[in-house]
Amino acid sequence: MAAIASVQRWLFRLTPDRQSPIVLGQRRIFILPTRAGLLFATVLAVMLIGAINYNLSLGHALIFLLAGLAVVAMVHTFNNLFGLRLTPGRAAAVFSGDLAHFPLQLENTRRQSRRALDFAFAGQPVASFDLPAEGQATIAIAYATRRRGRLEPGRVTLSTRYPLGLFRAWSYPHPPWSCIVYPKPIRTPLPPASAAVHADHLQGDNGQEDFAGLRPRQISDPTRHIAWKAVARRPDEQPHLVKQFAGGAAEELWFDWSLTPPGRSEEERLSILAGWILGGDEQQARYGLSLPGRRIAPGQGDAHRANCLQALALHGESGESGG
Amino acid sequence: MAKAVKAAAKPGTRPAVPLEHGAVPWLLAVALATAGPHFGHLPWWLSALVGGALCWRAWLWQQRRQLPPRWTLALLVIGTIAAVGWQFRTLLGKDAGVALLVIFMALKPMEMNKRRDALVVIMLGYFLLLTHYLYSQSIPTGLWLLVAITLLTATLIRLHGGAQPVATVARHAGLLLAQALPFMLILYLLFPRVSGPLWGLPQDAYSGLSGLSDQMAPGSISRLVQSGAIAFRSRFVGDLPDQSDLYWRGPVFDDYDGLTWRTSKPPGKAPPQAPTIAAGSPPQAYTSILEAHNRRWLLALDVPTRLPPDSSLAPTLEALAREPVRVRSRFSFASSVAYRANVDETPAILQQALALPPRINPRSRALAAGWASRPPREIAAAALAMFHDEDFHYTLQPPLLGPNAMDDFLFDSRRGFCEHYASAFVFLMRAAGVPARVVAGYQGGELNPVDGYLNVRQSDAHAWAEIWIAGEGWLRFDPTVAVAPSRIEQGIVAALPAGESLPMVIRIDSDWLRELRNRWEAANNTWNQWVLGYNPQRQREVLSRFGWREPDWRSMTASLAVLCGVALLLVALWTLPRRRAVDPAQRAWQKYCAQLARRGISRVQWEGPVAFAHRVARERPELAALTGEAAALYAALRYGRSDQNAAGTLRLLQECIDRLPPRRRRNA
Repeated sequence: MAAIASVQRWLFRLTPDRQSPIVLGQRRIFILPTRAGLLFATVLAVMLIGAINYNLSLGHALIFLLAGLAVVAMVHTFNNLFGLRLTPGRAAAVFSGDLAHFPLQLENTRRQSRRALDFAFAGQPVASFDLPAEGQATIAIAYATRRRGRLEPGRVTLSTRYPLGLFRAWSYPHPPWSCIVYPKPIRTPLPPASAAVHADHLQGDNGQEDFAGLRPRQISDPTRHIAWKAVARRPDEQPHLVKQFAGGAAEELWFDWSLTPPGRSEEERLSILAGWILGGDEQQARYGLSLPGRRIAPGQGDAHRANCLQALALHGESGESGG
Repeated sequence: MAKAVKAAAKPGTRPAVPLEHGAVPWLLAVALATAGPHFGHLPWWLSALVGGALCWRAWLWQQRRQLPPRWTLALLVIGTIAAVGWQFRTLLGKDAGVALLVIFMALKPMEMNKRRDALVVIMLGYFLLLTHYLYSQSIPTGLWLLVAITLLTATLIRLHGGAQPVATVARHAGLLLAQALPFMLILYLLFPRVSGPLWGLPQDAYSGLSGLSDQMAPGSISRLVQSGAIAFRSRFVGDLPDQSDLYWRGPVFDDYDGLTWRTSKPPGKAPPQAPTIAAGSPPQAYTSILEAHNRRWLLALDVPTRLPPDSSLAPTLEALAREPVRVRSRFSFASSVAYRANVDETPAILQQALALPPRINPRSRALAAGWASRPPREIAAAALAMFHDEDFHYTLQPPLLGPNAMDDFLFDSRRGFCEHYASAFVFLMRAAGVPARVVAGYQGGELNPVDGYLNVRQSDAHAWAEIWIAGEGWLRFDPTVAVAPSRIEQGIVAALPAGESLPMVIRIDSDWLRELRNRWEAANNTWNQWVLGYNPQRQREVLSRFGWREPDWRSMTASLAVLCGVALLLVALWTLPRRRAVDPAQRAWQKYCAQLARRGISRVQWEGPVAFAHRVARERPELAALTGEAAALYAALRYGRSDQNAAGTLRLLQECIDRLPPRRRRNA
């Protein structure tokens, strides 16, 4: 078994590809007849016997033409992959149970299009793509996530049967991909807000509660603060006006591990925390996260949300840095 | 640009690929193209069934309806198979087998849901293409092969490549076939041919072959003459003999029962005596390409002096092959048109040449008895003079004759075709005591100036007589000449009165039509010799023409493999994707990054030039300035405006590589 595994490792290069772009050379493309190809060969053999028996010269010609066609199809199937350049991109984080999409930029440097390229991770849904001549395309290969954590999808099986389906050529590009999978959120009511005002909460920080007037928009202002009524009155005015809020002591939420029901499993408690983070984000509240061994100060916005969810995703995994 | 075509639902297993809606018309076209040409020789109800099934399937496709349930199809298949068995009385054999294949081809689209089913249709189609050649291997059939095979291949491309314009698919299929052509030629020339059949062929394998029969009754030759089909083609090495010397000898009939002439069984078990021939003129060499007629006679020119291998000269002087001629074959002969044959004939043959059925034709016997005292030549001359001088007519439509056929013909109707004159002449000779027999064969032929072959058609079929004279041997007398001399000199069209029905192909008056026909027949002849007649023997001939002395299957297979390998290499090189030159700016930047990597800091693949420069500035301040400069240059080249001085910028970027500080060496 060990010998087979080492042969497989040598033949199929099971280690990730470090270089980028990944160029498919003949060393990495494998080709074998498909079941249809074997059926074709059988049909040809039967036809040859018939042609010999009935002395059909034209039948010989037909069979030889078909045999040549199969050989040519083999070359074309191989060429459909040969020289393809793959540049992996970074996958966005997803919630467990969703499809993670691993982006891959395909580059076709030759003058013929490449058709019916099937991409799939082992045991995952197949995605089929066509690539125009001398064209580029960015595709996303789906991976159905099942558990939170850092997902390393492994090698991709890139296969094609084009043009005739008599042969299947395949390759195992293995980009060093990984993707953060957040826990699947469980929506429960948010924990009560804490009244404590933390030292890091500045007095003059702009709150979200009380309307305090209009000012010209800066790039960093969220679009939901744009005073659309004012914009509608003067559409030509640039920049748009935004509403300013003041709320000295904005409420802060603390999503603490200890607030989750202790009777439930660790994964469920993480899921409940994830649900709280989503809920807090939707309410545009300031929230902090407290996990055993990790504490994230209250904050707001997409980056903060991603930071908190990532902490949940990687909770308990090695290599996670506390802070 | 790229679009996801399909996403399988269930992970883990490889699901069967469903058949695209747009691929169905292609498959119906395949079914029609491969089954359709069989309609000509299928029972009408079967053709109607196939057409109906395909129309039904097309309607279901157009309406996007569900396919019929499996059990109805099963019933339909079983019912049709039973009907085929009833129609042909068997399910084996050529015709029944083809009928079954056609049924499967028509009904398989009814349960075509998956791509797998469509592949079965295609494979069935390839097989059905082969069965057309059981019926015809003509040039049009060969051209149809190309069209149909392109359609089938295009359908395969459509099945595996998704929706594309029809023209694109067709062009791609044509390209694949063009690349497959060299392999076909190599295999065709060098694949060691086996002469079939591998097993006993069914009874119907050779049905429908036409030619002279092994017996002659009134009407048998005039029926044959209705066909313009070519019986054989001959090419002479030297000059063509005179038209009136072109007697191609077929079966010899010496046994008459009052109605039909047959070949007598050789008496006893003694081996037949070989004929003795004294040639009176230099032998003329020629090669004949004989159409299959399922008989042993080779239709050599009277009288052959050199025979092809595997053949022999019968005691009655006709050349016979060892086996019936069942495929179109080439034979080489030499013949002398002037000869003395069998001067010392065996008594048994002479006795047979005098036998007559008793009691019939009393008036003819009486006429011949009046000549019996004269020498044989004068008796023959008297008979010919009677045919010539009295009111005899040459016609394809003679009246029916009664039980005393010779009397009715000689004294009442006096209308007949060559078989009537030959048999009446022989009857008279025998009645007058002169050994005589009927010879059937072909007379004449028409030179095709395009390829120099003499075409002899079924319409040139003829019957004449031979009498034996002591000291002179067998002499040919053609009583038809006495009635219609132009039959021998100019052919049958000139000899027959206008209004007699003859095939169009030999009645052509217009010059350009004749020219067209000659060209078409010459093309057919080339096709026959090079495509259809390419058998083991011809393969040896061709290879030895290329200087290959003794080709055997081992050396042929070896050279086959080598040549196919070379062809594969050429096709691979031809179709190999050409590399586009990598952008020089990108190359320089990659080189710079590689140099940095050797100095301990490597760029991550998704890191842009500016981001990388920032990181270098943080982690390796001593390289910051240079890397920042290189990154800016690269960014300007790749993403900047194109009107800048690109060549100068590129040079600066390349110089950055040289300006890198030398690598710190580890302590040695």
